Amino acid sequence: MDFSAPSHVSIRLVVASFVFAFALSALPMPDWATLWRPPWVALVLLFWALHAPERAGVFVGWMCGLLLDVLAGTLIGQHALALALVAWLGQGIRRHVRLSAVWEWGLAVFLVMVIGQLVVSGVTSLRGRPVDPWIYLSVPAAGLLVSPSVFFLLRRPWREVEEE
Amino acid sequence: MKLNFFNGSALHTVRFAMCVLLSALLMLSDHHGGYADRVRNALSLVVYPIRFVVNEAFVSLPNATFGWFTTRQTLLRENEALREERLVLNARLERLREAEEENRRLRALLDFSARIDNSVIVAKVLGVDIDPASNHLELDKGAQHQVRRGQPVIDGRGVLGQIDRAGPLSSAVILITDVNHAIPVHSKRNGLRSIAIGNGAAGDLNLTHISRDDDIREGDLFVTSGLGKVFPPGYPVARVASIRRTEGGGHADVRLEPVADLKRVREVLVMIPSAEAVADADPR
Repeated sequence: MDFSAPSHVSIRLVVASFVFAFALSALPMPDWATLWRPPWVALVLLFWALHAPERAGVFVGWMCGLLLDVLAGTLIGQHALALALVAWLGQGIRRHVRLSAVWEWGLAVFLVMVIGQLVVSGVTSLRGRPVDPWIYLSVPAAGLLVSPSVFFLLRRPWREVEEE
Repeated sequence: MKLNFFNGSALHTVRFAMCVLLSALLMLSDHHGGYADRVRNALSLVVYPIRFVVNEAFVSLPNATFGWFTTRQTLLRENEALREERLVLNARLERLREAEEENRRLRALLDFSARIDNSVIVAKVLGVDIDPASNHLELDKGAQHQVRRGQPVIDGRGVLGQIDRAGPLSSAVILITDVNHAIPVHSKRNGLRSIAIGNGAAGDLNLTHISRDDDIREGDLFVTSGLGKVFPPGYPVARVASIRRTEGGGHADVRLEPVADLKRVREVLVMIPSAEAVADADPR
């Protein structure tokens, strides 16, 4: 959460990307598609955790999760726990994943999304609510499918600032 | 993977542990209906603009844009249909007024307390919960507009649900199809009493305690019975879609389909009970 640390990524870009991710999460979708809603906020968070760790730490993830809990109508703390975990994992694997190797990076994104979804839907089913078991794979898969667009969109402005 | 996986990020691990602890506390508190509600209310003010803008941009604006291009012909036809409908409704209203008057006189004769008149608030649906496991709607009216927990929510056709959480500017409706919702009903045809419990993601309801021999048919309309004091009596809830009588046991599985359009509803009515009704009504 240390926004004062020197960074090559502007805070404005980070905030804007999160606002955009929240808007996409609130997008109305037909019934059949709800299982395939990409985890936008988690994706953006993971991107920043990998590429600008000083901008998106565990606390940022946790706060985003709280907002997502309100937006999603889940228990307060459910997405917060999941996104704090996503940020923590992202920072942990940062040095071990070569971001240039596409399959390595894709596998990392998919696994982190699966772990995040395990937390969110796990808590839901612990409360005794019915959970479609497909959700543990369909949401991360949808995330993986849209991740190139997220990473491409966020990477360009980041590079431009870096070159200045 | 190497053992020094998280080498040099001990601080992050400490932070993460704190977040886990805080999340667990918040979830427990929210599950038991505790302090987390205030956190939700405060944060809902941050989320509200996002919901509002998304709803305007992706639902209201396209509707308005397509509406603008409606032909004159369609408008005229629609106008005609509406005029006819108004005539019919007016005629019915006249009859209803008479019946109401008669009802009041008879109640006075019998020394019954008069039925409480409810006032209503029209609210716009901001969106549905993105969590597929929950059947909730988000409304654009909240505590600021006298919306409180436990108030019944209906549309033009029947009962939708009741207010589950009331934030300052927005509120959430738990639908009658949610697994955690139960509504006391009776059959309009013969008065058979039961409780309709939500079936979750399937979008329908089940009746409890129906025995094999109960007189129940496909298409039967079930209305609110008024027991439990949350819902006023007489509002349509659901129709019987299918009945499965078990061979061995003595009971029957009855599946109901809601009368209200839970999937596509855009505007709803929140019923505000009068002060005396609020005093003795306990939500759920």
